[in-house]
Amino acid sequence: MSPKRYTLVVDPIACDGHGVCAELLPERIRLDPWGFPIIESGAVPAQLLDHAQRAAVSCPRLALTLVELDS
Amino acid sequence: MRADALRRSNGSDGPPNRSSVDPPAGVARLLSGVGTDGGTMTHEAHLDRWGHLPEWRGATFIDELETSGLRGHGGAWFPVGLKWRDIRASRLRAPIVVANGAEGEPASGKDRLLIEQVPHLVLDGAVVAAQALGASRVVVHVPARSVRTVTSAIESRQQHAPDPVGFDVVVAPDRFLAGQESAVVSTVNGRNPGIPTFTGLRTIRERGVDGRPTLVQNVETLAHVALIARFGAGWFRRIGTHDSPGTALVTVTGRWSEPRIIEAPLGVPLGQILGLESGEARSVQGVLLGGYGGGWVATADALAMPFTEEAARLLGTSIGAGVVALLPTGACPLSEVSRVVTYLEGQGAGQCGPCVNGLALLATAMNQLAFRPKSLRGGLSAIPTLCGLVEGRGACRHPDGVARFIRSALQVFSDHAAAHIQRGICQSTAAPFLPLPPGRHSRLATPRSR
Repeated sequence: MSPKRYTLVVDPIACDGHGVCAELLPERIRLDPWGFPIIESGAVPAQLLDHAQRAAVSCPRLALTLVELDS
Repeated sequence: MRADALRRSNGSDGPPNRSSVDPPAGVARLLSGVGTDGGTMTHEAHLDRWGHLPEWRGATFIDELETSGLRGHGGAWFPVGLKWRDIRASRLRAPIVVANGAEGEPASGKDRLLIEQVPHLVLDGAVVAAQALGASRVVVHVPARSVRTVTSAIESRQQHAPDPVGFDVVVAPDRFLAGQESAVVSTVNGRNPGIPTFTGLRTIRERGVDGRPTLVQNVETLAHVALIARFGAGWFRRIGTHDSPGTALVTVTGRWSEPRIIEAPLGVPLGQILGLESGEARSVQGVLLGGYGGGWVATADALAMPFTEEAARLLGTSIGAGVVALLPTGACPLSEVSRVVTYLEGQGAGQCGPCVNGLALLATAMNQLAFRPKSLRGGLSAIPTLCGLVEGRGACRHPDGVARFIRSALQVFSDHAAAHIQRGICQSTAAPFLPLPPGRHSRLATPRSR
């Protein structure tokens, strides 16, 4: 059985462009010219999962979620 | 007495009780029997024309629907049987059926035609859906102008042959996004009418109106369902291709002096459908397929294309809700595109940062390219870059549609765009061509003098 895989999903309606996520997880998230996150698609590498989790819970708008990918 | 004894258990055997009426043999299916006077077919005339709706037992009709291969005519071309099976399977609570006739696309008129001229075909299809899915409520979602026709159609059915479901009529706002699935649910739920929501990994099928599993189905799709319920999947497949069977209503602008709605056999080359061979097409600069969320295609490619969603996707676009516009030579394609993009920007829901910011810049850039090309900063290549910043980043597909509309225009009309940059605007005096609702859709309608 392979370990669970997760991806980051942003709710673009809730997102206000605070940019906290990009500071906490620059490996997967950069900001567009207006300050909104551009997220790498696909599964978050296992070694970054803790950081991804931290980025998600730190979002002031709770717009970022770590979701399990179907295997 | 109901014809219970005639029901069959296996849907693939065809309709349970043979219709008393012969199926239409030609390409005119939905439109057969539709008069040219624009009047509404009464329920009596409808029953004369099509006979009574056969009674399919429970979900057996879903088998028939899957065999028929019907796909959604609202623009996504999703397999209808699969969608219904999904809803049927996920039901914890009774689902809701929404007959979607919002038709926010300004270049499309087929939903309005169906609702206003053959409303009973649409209502029949909604009844079949409700019965197959175990829904007791059907919501008919139409613009204000069609409410009276729909309401009186529902009333006349209740007098003559009451349906086993209740109908509600909900007014669709006059917005481009009003027909988008999650926006429809917003409207029916009475919150932020016409505004899409972020559904995330969930779908409207699982959780829509009142939190129930919800089928949002375009009215043309439901009209096809009404005929499949009567004449079966075998009949339905006599026209069309394996993957895109049947016919489609197509709103055609630019072929005849007025826009026209025709019923076309799927899979036949577009040129043949329009009666336009490539030799006669010199007066056409380019073809827009799929409306304002669709894309431009070079004239020769478009006319040679078998009219199906698969073929359109190979050309990088979609046939969408069956919208075809032939841009005449003499029109400035860039000013046409600019007007539409300004309209589309104004039609955004204003909820998602990348869409709000990106579409505003795209509207400005297209306006500059059309009317003041010297002021376009970064040159032509700046525009696709901007498109890339909005694609896939909205809660709905609005920004993706705008980006496709623009990108395809820059490809098909690349010579024209280069000429604007190098030699200045083309001074076309043609009247605006692409249809838009009344309003101001240009930021710089008149070019600056010198």
